[in-house]
Amino acid sequence: MANKDIDDVSGVETTGHEWDGIKELNNPLPRWWINTFYITIVFAIGYCVLYPAWPGLTTNTKGWWNWSARQDVAAEMSAVDAGRAGIEQKIAASDIKTILGDPQMKVFAVAAGASAFKAHCSQCHGSGAQGNVGYPNLNDDDWLWGGTPEQIVATISHGVRSPLDADTHVSQMPAFGKDGVLTAEQISEVTNYVLQLAQLDHNADKAKPGEQVFKDNCASCHGDAGQGNPDMGAPKLADKIWLYKGATDAIIAQVTNPRHGVMPAWLPQLGEAKVKELAAYVISLGGAK
Amino acid sequence: MSLTPDIEQADVQAVNAGAKAKVASQLYAARVKVFPKDVQGAFRRLKWIIMAVTLGIYYITPWLRWHRGAGAPDQAVLLDMVHRRFYFFFIEIWPQEFYFVAGLLVMAGVGLFLVTSVVGRAWCGYACPQTVWTDLFIAVERLIEGDRNARIKLDKAPYGLRKIFLRVGKHLIWLLIAMVTGGAWIFYFADAPSLAKQLFTGQAAYVAYATVATLTATTYILGGLMREQVCIYMCPWPRIQAAMLDEDSLVVTYNDWRGEPRSRGVKKARAEGISAGDCVDCNACVAVCPVGIDIRHGQQMECITCALCIDACDDIMGKLMRPHGLISYSTLRDYNHNMALAAPSGRAVSPDLVRKPGGGFVEGVRHFNWRVVFRLRTLIYVGLWSLVGLGLVAALLTRDRLRINVLHDRNPIAVNLTSGAVRNGYTVKLLNMQPEARTVTVAIDGLPGAQLTLEGTEGAIGRSAEVKLEPDTLETLHLFVTVSPQMLQSGKTPFEIRASDFRMGSSAIYQASFETETAK
Repeated sequence: MANKDIDDVSGVETTGHEWDGIKELNNPLPRWWINTFYITIVFAIGYCVLYPAWPGLTTNTKGWWNWSARQDVAAEMSAVDAGRAGIEQKIAASDIKTILGDPQMKVFAVAAGASAFKAHCSQCHGSGAQGNVGYPNLNDDDWLWGGTPEQIVATISHGVRSPLDADTHVSQMPAFGKDGVLTAEQISEVTNYVLQLAQLDHNADKAKPGEQVFKDNCASCHGDAGQGNPDMGAPKLADKIWLYKGATDAIIAQVTNPRHGVMPAWLPQLGEAKVKELAAYVISLGGAK
Repeated sequence: MSLTPDIEQADVQAVNAGAKAKVASQLYAARVKVFPKDVQGAFRRLKWIIMAVTLGIYYITPWLRWHRGAGAPDQAVLLDMVHRRFYFFFIEIWPQEFYFVAGLLVMAGVGLFLVTSVVGRAWCGYACPQTVWTDLFIAVERLIEGDRNARIKLDKAPYGLRKIFLRVGKHLIWLLIAMVTGGAWIFYFADAPSLAKQLFTGQAAYVAYATVATLTATTYILGGLMREQVCIYMCPWPRIQAAMLDEDSLVVTYNDWRGEPRSRGVKKARAEGISAGDCVDCNACVAVCPVGIDIRHGQQMECITCALCIDACDDIMGKLMRPHGLISYSTLRDYNHNMALAAPSGRAVSPDLVRKPGGGFVEGVRHFNWRVVFRLRTLIYVGLWSLVGLGLVAALLTRDRLRINVLHDRNPIAVNLTSGAVRNGYTVKLLNMQPEARTVTVAIDGLPGAQLTLEGTEGAIGRSAEVKLEPDTLETLHLFVTVSPQMLQSGKTPFEIRASDFRMGSSAIYQASFETETAK
């Protein structure tokens, strides 16, 4: 160093830094400190040799121990699966009422169902099972295909209008307008009658003749009072819960040329246990009967 | 050269004395070995007592039993991490009551300020674990290898049978102490007797052995091998403490106003008409110092104020029939005052100015006075410390052992039912913080026409429901509140969810709200 700055009091060279007249002494480090630093260097070299460390253009060095985080995760996952095997088998073998009646199985099933729901069902039914236009809300007590635990299990298992499952729920509403069964005027009348059944805003003059149209064409499926029929997936009309919106335009569109929802059959994909877990979760939302 | 027949002069140099001599800019400095000499005196006795008390508390506490009833641990002090409960005698702390621990830490902090402002680094000198264990390790070393001179001799001697035997014995005892220390730590986190059994039969958890091994290693290395190096190079507290002291703080001080000019041949000097101070330059203060400094250089960062130099110097002063306190706890204010008396010109000290011819000191000399303890700063610290303590006690006495936390389901916020009614869901967490089972009534207040349902029960069951809570547990319920179409008000309606234990006369209330708009 060109010009050493020596501190008068201690006789130690300073670093040359100065703050408000205070200078920093350049005292030497203790030897053990330096040695610790060398040990960290040796450790780092050993680490680089044993573990994956250096990135290359397409991959990285693998290290002598061939360690990878993926292997660790896979091992942990299989350990978790092994731990769950017993209760999963028990759930697969039990019927849904038994599962709901057994606190241990129920807690497990609801938690497992909630996570399976996020993976397989939330895309259509929403992350909180709140539904959307064309996709039923699973929190409420209105069920197209029945809301008992057994019916919910059956619906999840076989789906709705699933082309790949022989036991799937099937029903079809006639296209009253498109096929010329009803005139536009009749459709308008029956729509107002349906709105009246649901106690929504409607034209009473039109609803009156609509009652007869309903009895002739709709009551066979939806019931005389519009109470619906879960055996054929006919929605209840005498409430304020609507799959395709409870407004005049939407109902006219549905009577004229109906849309029909499709849901996959989950049993072949997910297996007995997962389906029952999903049902347990849906039931825990509070709307099942 | 001997001063008087019964005073031994130590051949010793302060570890931080070298810097003055040379202009150092090498990369590292080799460690100067310190061989603290044995010393007797009031402060040494105080240190033994504090060591016995603190180590006793540390080793014995986990073994104290405390009966809490069935299902609860019988350990008086237990940090149960698995079940997330802290037990301290009759007090049980849940994770959300961690503010008690935070409060204790605040008290510890303010307490440290208080002690430091009164007696300087008393924490460092007497109570710091590093000091306590180092002291213990040095005592073991002295027991096996002998006192300072014997240890220096042994250190310089080539390795022979005796040296190897003594060294191995010393390190084995150190390791044993370190292992017991590390072992005691884990007993705070689990039932001590059963964990001890598991430890010795090889059935304890991996983490228990790892903790014992780690703490054994750190205790052995820090307390046995590194000693004063930890205080000087690793600990941040010496850097902060200068800011904690003021001119009324008591610190270990070499009173050079009566000690200088120091002289090894006092009688000879006096005979030649040269004034001589009380310091006979025997180096006893340096020889006993566990960090190896010379207190006569004034206040130093390395000093842990253990006051062993005071004991050593008082011993010498006694032998020379001179007053104690050449090195003493003194305030900077008193020191400056006495310095002004002894060196009025601001240059050399003339001890005759402060000493009476027949012995003793002149009237103007200031000595230790109890009043320095009670000054505005310390009183403020005491006030703050007591305030936090009283606050904690008040919180402890009035804390509720039944709590309710409610989370309104947000997805969906509201559900329309076929009847036209609207239902809201709430996740209710009931905390029974008592170590006994209780029956709690969950009810809704306000919100006319509302009925509640607990998930898993059929249909609306009315305005209240009974829930059985296990002792010392958190119960999570899914609660549905349904309002019939006739009573339905649009928008947001506030109401209360109340959990009551009528037998214990305690209740907890959560201010909830009912919403009718579904999220779309």
